[in-house]
Amino acid sequence: MKSLFAAFVPALLFGLGLGLGGMTLPQKVIGFLDVTGAWDPSLAFVMAGAVVVHMVSYRLIRKRPSPLLAPRFVIPTRRDLTPSLVAGSFIFGVGWGLGGFCPGPALVGTVSGNPAVLTFVASMIVGMYAHRLYEIFRSRTGSRHGN
Amino acid sequence: MPWHDYLLPLLGGVLIGLASSLLLLLKGRVFGISGILSGVLVPNQGETAWRLAVLLGLVSAGAVLAVFYPSAFALEVSPSLSRYVAAGLLVGFGTTLGSGCTSGHGVCGMSRLSPRSIVATLIFMGAGILTVWLVRTMGGLS
Repeated sequence: MKSLFAAFVPALLFGLGLGLGGMTLPQKVIGFLDVTGAWDPSLAFVMAGAVVVHMVSYRLIRKRPSPLLAPRFVIPTRRDLTPSLVAGSFIFGVGWGLGGFCPGPALVGTVSGNPAVLTFVASMIVGMYAHRLYEIFRSRTGSRHGN
Repeated sequence: MPWHDYLLPLLGGVLIGLASSLLLLLKGRVFGISGILSGVLVPNQGETAWRLAVLLGLVSAGAVLAVFYPSAFALEVSPSLSRYVAAGLLVGFGTTLGSGCTSGHGVCGMSRLSPRSIVATLIFMGAGILTVWLVRTMGGLS
């Protein structure tokens, strides 16, 4: 139970940060991405604040042999740049620019009941499943490029 | 830009950074939301419970915001839902193909100076900027 709380509380704080920072507002996201037009740079401060704080605390935390309530750290270690990384990031960026939502803020926004948010979240889940199907298809047909 | 226009975003960002660090310290996990969400879609021993707790935390944050900071939900959205179907599909597929999103790559990965995350972030930012420009140039979608 303490273990679940240890995941719930950070997420609650994260969600509050998203809301206070403006990430839950698609018009703010699109304004931030509208670099050549009516540019709203405020979301840059969200990213900056987050990275500066996390970068410093990350180093301190990693000095520990293990987390407080789990046996080990589970952190991605691969460093290779792959077609999947590039293509996936590009596709995600297009979707982000189109709707103004990325996964976190959309999940936080479900509570609002806004049809656009709910539609986005449902479609996002379908898209995730679609990728899973795509991966299964790829492994069955034996193609080993990309990844 | 008046100072109060960036103070709240900065504060929000600091909270996000702290929250990510807290999850790492307590559970040893990266706060990558697309990975956390896609991870619950497939049953996996030992991987589901904490992810559900995170998702519940995010939704609960929404409830708190709705009560205490409702301007977080003053959403300006298009009446055309098909736009959000397309956006959702692209984000869902793209984040899982690319192994991350703004939280996983943008905040956590970049904080680790991960080359994959730096590249991913530059690409999705660029793609977002391009898409917004394209939509605007085409006279804006409804």
